[in-house]
Amino acid sequence: MSSETLIIQAGLSERPRKSRWPAKLDILQSVSGLLLALFMWGHMFFVATILLGYDTMWEVSRFFEGYYIFGKSHPWIVSIVVACVAVIFIVHAAMAVRKFPSNYRQLKVFRAHAKSMRHGDTTLWIWQVYTGFAMFFMASAHLYQMMVWPQNIGPFGSGDRMWSDGLWPFYLVMLLAVELHGGIGLYRLAVKWCWPNVSRTFLKNLKWAITAFFLILGFATLAAYMKVGYEHRLHYGEPYTPIWAEPHHAAVEGVTK
Amino acid sequence: MSDEQKNTAPGGQPRQRMLNFHILRYNPQDPESKPHMQSYQLEETEGMTLFLALSEIREHQDPTLQYDFVCRAGICGSCSMLINGRPGLACRTLTHEMDADITLAPLPVFELIGDLSVNTGKWMHGMSERLETWVHTKEEEINLSKAEARMDPELAEQIYELDRCVECGSCVAACGTAQMRKDFVGAVGMNKLARFRLDPRDVRTDADFYELVGDDNGVFGCMSLLACHDICPKELPLQSQIAFLRRKMATIGN
Repeated sequence: MSSETLIIQAGLSERPRKSRWPAKLDILQSVSGLLLALFMWGHMFFVATILLGYDTMWEVSRFFEGYYIFGKSHPWIVSIVVACVAVIFIVHAAMAVRKFPSNYRQLKVFRAHAKSMRHGDTTLWIWQVYTGFAMFFMASAHLYQMMVWPQNIGPFGSGDRMWSDGLWPFYLVMLLAVELHGGIGLYRLAVKWCWPNVSRTFLKNLKWAITAFFLILGFATLAAYMKVGYEHRLHYGEPYTPIWAEPHHAAVEGVTK
Repeated sequence: MSDEQKNTAPGGQPRQRMLNFHILRYNPQDPESKPHMQSYQLEETEGMTLFLALSEIREHQDPTLQYDFVCRAGICGSCSMLINGRPGLACRTLTHEMDADITLAPLPVFELIGDLSVNTGKWMHGMSERLETWVHTKEEEINLSKAEARMDPELAEQIYELDRCVECGSCVAACGTAQMRKDFVGAVGMNKLARFRLDPRDVRTDADFYELVGDDNGVFGCMSLLACHDICPKELPLQSQIAFLRRKMATIGN
C-alpha cells in the first residue's frame, strides 16, 4: 500500500497544507456547467432548424457530419462531438452531485427549509436538484443514442424517433428539465462569481426570459418533429434526402445539361 | 354600522387587532417535553414589535416562555428567531406590518436552549476560533506604547461596513447549505474573513485564508442561494463578499 494511501486513510492528507482540490473542483463544476449550457443553446438552435424546413435541417445535420468539407457525410464526426459532450456531462454530474442532499434526512430538512423560507433562489435550487437528477438518466440515454446512431439525425430520422419510436414524452420531459436546469444554473453562476456585476432582479428576469424563449422554441420544435414523424410513419426508417441532393437528380440534371 | 363605528371601541378609542401567536414550545432539558405549538392571543398596541408582544405574553400570560433579548434595538442580535418561517430580529419586526396570525420558532442549526432561545454564542465562538477572526499581527511588532498606524478613512469605512455584523445567526438559519451540513461556516464566517482580509494590520495572506475556508465547509460549500444576503437584518453586502472571497480562494487553489 502506498504511503499516500495510508496518509489519506489516517485523515492526515490536509496536513500541513489544505488541499487545492476543492478550488479546482469548484471551478470545474462552474466551467463544465457553463459549457453544457452554452452547448444546449446552440443545440436548440440547430434542432429548431426543422421549423425553417426539411432542407435546412438536413443541411445543418450534414454540416456536422462534414458533408460540406469532405464532400460526403461522416456520422462518426458527430459521435466524437457527442462523446466530448458526454465527458463534460459526466464531469459536471460528478461535481454537482457533491452538493446534492446525501441522505433522506438532509433532503427532508432542506425541503422543509425551502417551504418555510419562501425564498425564490432557495426554491430554485430544489428544482435544480430534481432536474439534475432526472438528467442523470435522460441525458445519458440521449447521449448514448446520438453517439451510437448519429446517422439517424435528420428530418425523417428525428421525426421517426419522436413519433414511431414513441419517444416524444421522453423529449418533452427532457426539454423541461434541460431548460429549467440550464437557466437556473447560468443565473447561479452569475451570482456565484458576481459577474457580470448587475442586480439579481435583472439577472433573474433575464434568466426567466431566456428560459421562456427556449421552452417556446423547444415546444415548437418538438411539435414539428412529431408532425414530421406522424406524416412519415408509413415510411419509417427511410432517411430524408432533398430532391436536389439525390444522386439520380444530379445525374438527370447532368444529362439535361 | 359605518366603517368608522366598526373600527372604534365603545369609548371612542380605535379598536385594536387581536393578534394570534403560534409559538413552537420545547424544553430540551425536560425529558417529558415534546415539540408542540402553543397559541396566545394578544391585543395589538401602537408601534408594537414582536419583542414587545413576547414580553407581554411572558409578563401576563405565560412566565415559562423562553426567548432571548438584550438591546431591544437591533444591535445585539439576541432576539433572532424564525418569524413566519423566515429568520429575523423580533425587536425590529413591527406587528402592524404582519397578518394577525404570527408563527414563531427557534432558529435552526444552533443549539436549542428552550422555546425561542438558542445558543448562537456557542456556535459563533466555535466559528470564530476556527476561522481565527481576529487581527493577526507579527509578534515582534506588538508594541502597546507605539501609536497605531493611520488608516485611510475610506478603508476604515469599508471595514466598518462589514464589522456591522451582530452575529444574530439569521444568515446561518436562512442558509440551505447550513441546514444540510453542520460544519459549514456560513455567511457570517465568510463576512468575517472578508473583513480581516481588508484590514492592513492583519498580516495574513490569501494563502493563509485558504487554509481556513478553502474547502467544502468553507467558501466552496456555498451554493449561492443567497437567502443570507436577502434576510440579513443589517443588510450586509454578503453576496459580493462571498463572491469576492470565492474568486480569491479559487485563484489560490488553481
